[in-house]
Amino acid sequence: MSAQVVTENVDLLEKFPQSVKQDDRAGYAGYIVSADHLLEVVRFIRDDMGFDYLASITGVDYLPNGLMEAVYHFYKTSGGPGLVIKTQVDREQAAIPSLVSLYPGADFQEREAWDLLGIRFDGHPDLRRILMWEGFAGHPLRKDWHEPYYEEEGKPYKSRWPEGKVYRREDKNPFHKNVDYPAGFDPDKWVPDDDSTLYASVNKISSAGGESGIKTDYVIVNMGPQHPSTHGVFRMVVALEGETIRALKPVMGYLHRNHEKIGERNTFLQNMPFTDRLDYLSSMSNNFGYALAVEKLMGIKPPERAEYLRVIMAEFTRISNHLFAIGSLLNDMGAYFTPMLYAIEERELILDIFEATAGSRIMCNYFRFGGVARDLPEGVEEKMRDLAFKRLPRKIDELDLYLTNNEIVKARGEGVGVLTPEQAIAYSASGPVLRASGVPYDIRRADPYSIYDRFDFDVAVRYHGDVYDRYLIRVDEMRQSVRIIQQALNGLPKGPIQEGKPQYLVRVPAGEAYGRVEAPKGELGFYVVSNGKANPWRYHVRAPSFVNITALETMAKGNKVADTVAILGSIDIVLGELDR
Amino acid sequence: MNEGLNKPEYEIPPEMKHSVAITTIDRIYNWSRRSSIWPMMFGLACCAIEMICTAASRFDLARFGMEVMRPSPRQSDLMLVSGTVTKKMIPQIVRLYNQMPEPKYVVAMGACASGGGPFKEGYNVVSGVDNYIPVDVYIPGCPPTPQALLNGLITLQKKIDTQSIRDVRWYKKGTSETIPVPVLGPDIMDPREYDLLRQYTFQKLNPENINQPSVAEQEKGS
Amino acid sequence: MDGIGIIKGLGVTLRRFIATYVDDIKWLGRRYYKEEGIQHRSSADTDGIFTVQYPEEKIPVPEEFRFIPFLVYEEKDDGSVFYRCTSCGICAKVCPTQCIWIVRTTDPRTGRPVPEPAEFYIDVDICMNCGFCAEYCPFDAIKMDHDYELAVYDRHANNIYDKKKLGKPVSYYASIRPTNYKREEELRAEAEALKAAKKTPAN
Repeated sequence: MSAQVVTENVDLLEKFPQSVKQDDRAGYAGYIVSADHLLEVVRFIRDDMGFDYLASITGVDYLPNGLMEAVYHFYKTSGGPGLVIKTQVDREQAAIPSLVSLYPGADFQEREAWDLLGIRFDGHPDLRRILMWEGFAGHPLRKDWHEPYYEEEGKPYKSRWPEGKVYRREDKNPFHKNVDYPAGFDPDKWVPDDDSTLYASVNKISSAGGESGIKTDYVIVNMGPQHPSTHGVFRMVVALEGETIRALKPVMGYLHRNHEKIGERNTFLQNMPFTDRLDYLSSMSNNFGYALAVEKLMGIKPPERAEYLRVIMAEFTRISNHLFAIGSLLNDMGAYFTPMLYAIEERELILDIFEATAGSRIMCNYFRFGGVARDLPEGVEEKMRDLAFKRLPRKIDELDLYLTNNEIVKARGEGVGVLTPEQAIAYSASGPVLRASGVPYDIRRADPYSIYDRFDFDVAVRYHGDVYDRYLIRVDEMRQSVRIIQQALNGLPKGPIQEGKPQYLVRVPAGEAYGRVEAPKGELGFYVVSNGKANPWRYHVRAPSFVNITALETMAKGNKVADTVAILGSIDIVLGELDR
Repeated sequence: MNEGLNKPEYEIPPEMKHSVAITTIDRIYNWSRRSSIWPMMFGLACCAIEMICTAASRFDLARFGMEVMRPSPRQSDLMLVSGTVTKKMIPQIVRLYNQMPEPKYVVAMGACASGGGPFKEGYNVVSGVDNYIPVDVYIPGCPPTPQALLNGLITLQKKIDTQSIRDVRWYKKGTSETIPVPVLGPDIMDPREYDLLRQYTFQKLNPENINQPSVAEQEKGS
Repeated sequence: MDGIGIIKGLGVTLRRFIATYVDDIKWLGRRYYKEEGIQHRSSADTDGIFTVQYPEEKIPVPEEFRFIPFLVYEEKDDGSVFYRCTSCGICAKVCPTQCIWIVRTTDPRTGRPVPEPAEFYIDVDICMNCGFCAEYCPFDAIKMDHDYELAVYDRHANNIYDKKKLGKPVSYYASIRPTNYKREEELRAEAEALKAAKKTPAN
């Protein structure tokens, strides 16, 4: 990291009296910066105040006030609490200067805000839609945009009870499908997007990056969305010179399930099972982040036993996720399915615990606001102990023994897909990707939540930032997770598991909250805005896979095309969270 | 369809004696097909993880002769639609389906693939993959556990058992029909529905024509 | 040295292969198609082959396992059934996907609602098996089922479950979730005793 002059306690208000003001809405925190001076203020925040990490960008549509707001969450990679700044612009001509020049990690998040909310980011190098396709009508997260199956602003819908005559929603649509078209639209005159702007943006980058001086044409190759190595429906457009990658553009949205739009229709509690389906390999961590965000708003804390159970479950999730990640990374490297079989075996045993406690193997829905859903059934603690003290340590060692010094893993991993620490921070990478690049930034340590400050564990760091280190760091993290589980199991107190009575309609005071956890894939943040009603006004997910993938091009450039598969595998993306 | 025909103990009426041989061939034909279904390696969402687990050591799809997951549609017999089908993805799914050679089967795994699932109300979600391609077996659940998936695959095998070589569509004359690939417009557009679409958007443009029967009513009448 | 990795990798598989037979001998005759054998294969001590051969063997689902909800009804001695559901609508309100439809019964004479659903539907093509309906039902009237073998050939005819298809007897509920059932019955008895105690002084 570059040496920075960090002036503590600098008052932004004093420094920029004209353009910065305190956000004094009830339940809100941070500063409101005028859009004209945003770049200037942010540069000061980064260079002089030391907030080198842009965690999240969220667009919020304040329809009643006619405002469109962009919310930025900054943190320091050296740890500590964050800084929130906001920019408000007129809703109809929403335009905000882009931060890509200061924080390259803002790239995809700004494109997302443009796609879903229609906030134009001036100066963005490649402002195209990211989750929906070019040509889609409207910006769906705007509050006045209604989906074809629109019933009411918020759940519960009145048509379900007491006169709940059953119907299928498609039966009420003239097309018997989930579609709607603008008035006067003529399909014969429609020219579908042929991806020309996408290819142009790949070409623009690739022709600028020519080294030899000889003008050569690059070959453009599409990988995905149906491709065995893309971990789901993900697509990469690669510009090749021979076999070497000169440019790469990820194309996503093939699994965009409108998580946030549905989330704003749901009540607060109803979102809990939906978070399971974000990162479907580690649903407990997703529950954790969302529960933290809403608990922050409500100002409650779960009882001791619930805290311990939460930590145990989250760490088991981390292990099962990393097992799966290592298995599929080996798949991508060519060790087809055999290492995966052994990894899945351990994962199955962990899933048995989840199934016995939470009721489902992968969609746990276990956390509640102020506690957890149920206590451990009989015999489960025994099973956990067997795993945490006997089987898992042995099996992780076994995995380490067989894979770590394997020639193929080394040959395909060492020096491939390198991300330097400066790049990793600039691209807002998080989780194993960031720590494999030598930045010891783990939210469990840097900004402890729940009861992580009580446990003795090491933040795993590796320094090469290549595929091999990203593999190693997952092995290290599994060992640390086992340590945490062992301590938590030994310290597991008796007592209640839920604060107060379980309620299905929770009272959430108006305000905003950003809850973040160290999910297995990185920083998972939930930005929730409540206006005091039963449904959240804004519900945004800062998904680690989505932000980590911003750095994919930098990692892949200069490598061979076969390496992209390994690089992608080492980032460990999951599409449910990438596309939401 | 006619399950009794597949059993050797079935008493054949004298006038049907000539068809004995063909039912036996049916059995061999169906037995060999049902025991070597190659699914396409095609994961969409959460259900795909359960599909991978089903293929892994604990549940072991290989016991059913289905472990050969083919990434290419050209080499696969079964499309396991494992997860939420989005509007952005459906053109690709239809294209993949068209590329699969006959005989081909489609299993909709989980609530999302069957009918839209929990994300049904979303603006980018297709209400069931059967809006576009024919589905043979639906497996409810969100997600179906690996054992539920195996149960669904056994259900598919039972369906294969009832098919007869005489009336399967892939030995009929003429080429099999390809499904027109949906187009990404302001919303997803099915080329088969353009007439209806024009009518609908025109009606929307002129709300004063409200007295005329709406598209929905016309649909109902026809 | 090159090649060590491959030998090591093959060694893992070979060791697993041998371990299967060692375990087979240790558990002679009890390892397959027996409940304790399946339990052993799902425990932390398992070694060797891990496969459970569905459909001949089934992994027993834990008590808390949830799949599609069902409605609990009680059987009276005369063979008639009565659903515990009072059509209060909490399940329909808490359902995240809004897949529950309830029609409340009204008394034809008084026009007042009767605590019994006239119709009750769940669209299993939308249901996400989250278990909220069972968790927040104050009458223990809706519970999550263990039956996952529900594959069908036609969803349009089969996948909207009505009251009849959803209904299952209390005895079934007690058989799939014995500890939950016991706990709830105890609570119910306690509440009734309290009610009775309150009533007595009033008389």
